[in-house]
Amino acid sequence: MYKYDNYDQQMVDARVEEFRDQARRRLEGKLTEDQFKPLRLMNGLYLQLHAYMLRVAIPYGTLNGEQMTALANIADKYDRGYGHFTTRQNLQYNWIKLEDAADILADLAKVEMHAIQTSGNCIRNISSDHFAGAAQDELVDPRPYAELLRQWSSFHPEFTYLPRKFKICVIASEKDRAAMRLHDIGIQIVQQDGEIGARFFVGGGMGRTPMIAPMIRDFVPLDQLITYAEACLRVYNRYGRRDNKYKARIKILVHELGKDEYTRQVEEEFAHMLDQGVEPPREELERLKPFFADPTFEDGAKTVDRSDPDFALWVDRNTHRHKNDAYVSAVISLKPVAGIPGDATGDQMRVMANLAQQYSFDELRIMHTQNVVLPHVKIADLHALWTQLDAADLGAPNMDTIEDMIACPGLDYCALANARSIPLAQRISEKFDASGKTEKLGELKLKISGCINACGHHHAGHIGILGVDKKGVENYQLSLGGSEAEDVSLAKITGPGFTEDGVIEAVETVTDVYLAQKQGEERFLDTYRRIGMAPFKEALYD
Amino acid sequence: MKVLTGNDLKTGDVTWWTGTSWSRDVNDAADVGERGAEILAREEAARRVNVPYLIEAERTENGVRPAHIKDRVRAVGPTVRPDLTLNPQNPEALDWVI
Repeated sequence: MYKYDNYDQQMVDARVEEFRDQARRRLEGKLTEDQFKPLRLMNGLYLQLHAYMLRVAIPYGTLNGEQMTALANIADKYDRGYGHFTTRQNLQYNWIKLEDAADILADLAKVEMHAIQTSGNCIRNISSDHFAGAAQDELVDPRPYAELLRQWSSFHPEFTYLPRKFKICVIASEKDRAAMRLHDIGIQIVQQDGEIGARFFVGGGMGRTPMIAPMIRDFVPLDQLITYAEACLRVYNRYGRRDNKYKARIKILVHELGKDEYTRQVEEEFAHMLDQGVEPPREELERLKPFFADPTFEDGAKTVDRSDPDFALWVDRNTHRHKNDAYVSAVISLKPVAGIPGDATGDQMRVMANLAQQYSFDELRIMHTQNVVLPHVKIADLHALWTQLDAADLGAPNMDTIEDMIACPGLDYCALANARSIPLAQRISEKFDASGKTEKLGELKLKISGCINACGHHHAGHIGILGVDKKGVENYQLSLGGSEAEDVSLAKITGPGFTEDGVIEAVETVTDVYLAQKQGEERFLDTYRRIGMAPFKEALYD
Repeated sequence: MKVLTGNDLKTGDVTWWTGTSWSRDVNDAADVGERGAEILAREEAARRVNVPYLIEAERTENGVRPAHIKDRVRAVGPTVRPDLTLNPQNPEALDWVI
């Protein structure tokens, strides 16, 4: 994985000291909250319901054991012994004191981490495929391109005050495991006539106006990648709305201009920029690639002993095919039955760090589904790994099942939320686990957001739940048919909302419809697409 | 009644205006009547509280109950982590939020 050079380290260290001074001045009353707020947000420090919240960037979700251990130590020393992994492949601490914030950033900097650009109207953490560099089906490892984009977008002076926040995703396989087309810019690394290049999708996103990004260019040569991205941003920065934050995202601009006109303007800007030296030298990309080189894989067993049914179930559900057939990527579920999705204690983080060092070439990945991946695990080591995970309550065999739901922090933590998300996740997980129905349902992606900002990706859920405020009472809208994958689609609302108890019953009802109507190996989403909304509505409301 | 709430500047803890200072216990909250804006400006300037705001609440036989669920969650703590609330010995107290 990427290692900081002196310049990277100096930038991050300088930023820590700059923030230390800003926080000191705030505490001494030399800065008002209005003056300080944009400064703290630029360093990932929010004020949430119960305390300050710090969001730490995990670039494209990749980190090593030392970094995970540092996150654990911060959780224990400065927070309340846990952290929350997010749908942006980041980590959030919920109980931070302003007087500790600079010390935390200093601790992060010691392990090449920071919280820069995890808030504000700038280019946020670049996200990517959590199986990057390991997946059998990828064209190349997308992370060198993500790292190039990270370096380009860090402290980019032109894009520090965009009309609104901006999210970029890079993948390199036909299978989309990163919700690529639901980003402001989604980049797919592709091959054309033997040459590697980038396909650009622009103007996707969730939030109050969900949109799927249309493709605006099917191939950009690698030596023009940054220039093209910059052209996309420039057109947005120039014409994106600044008068209304709800219409300020690039998806609104692309929608209002129309894909063709937006593309025309980008191409015009791109042509203008091509001879201006915007593109970093190709050598820079080549310099980055060795950081992401394959570890030295060894030959080994290709199968496991399946005599332990619990272990066999975990292998079936929580491992992913690796490009080396003696290895798999192992998914560590942060969704124990009735647990809080995405939360891990400091002790659990240390267990994961140690297991990464022991079994996965010291690498971990954070999934946007709020789980953790050990990307390169020898099949021969799987049983030993699973045994240790299980002992740490990290062995839930539920990847991509209804119990593996995404849930935002919701009204239990978030100042923007209208309703609680986590209690729904807990109750649904408990209910389906107890009934044994999870197995019958197979792949079923449930996503829960506590407000219209859609941090819980409810628009992209096979089943989505959105919490709303109905005259001061929590109410929940149900939606069906979304997908964040390569078969991307936006979920549609079933009808009137439900109470907390009602929406849990409603989830059960729609899964009953699916099981009754399912043909062959259809997933819930396939059945929904075949039979449409009507049978589900009938069961829910008639 | 109208009460003032905010977060402690240094710690971020949820606090409630008692009439003379700030308390972490919502039951200590004082009715500020029409003086909310004046107190709010003064206290923010004194850097004792961050982003204070005025809310509606009701004094009940069980104490002060903010009108909106968001402020009831703030008053108690996350409903999904009884151990992190102000009254971890009494998880049933979370029922008050709903």
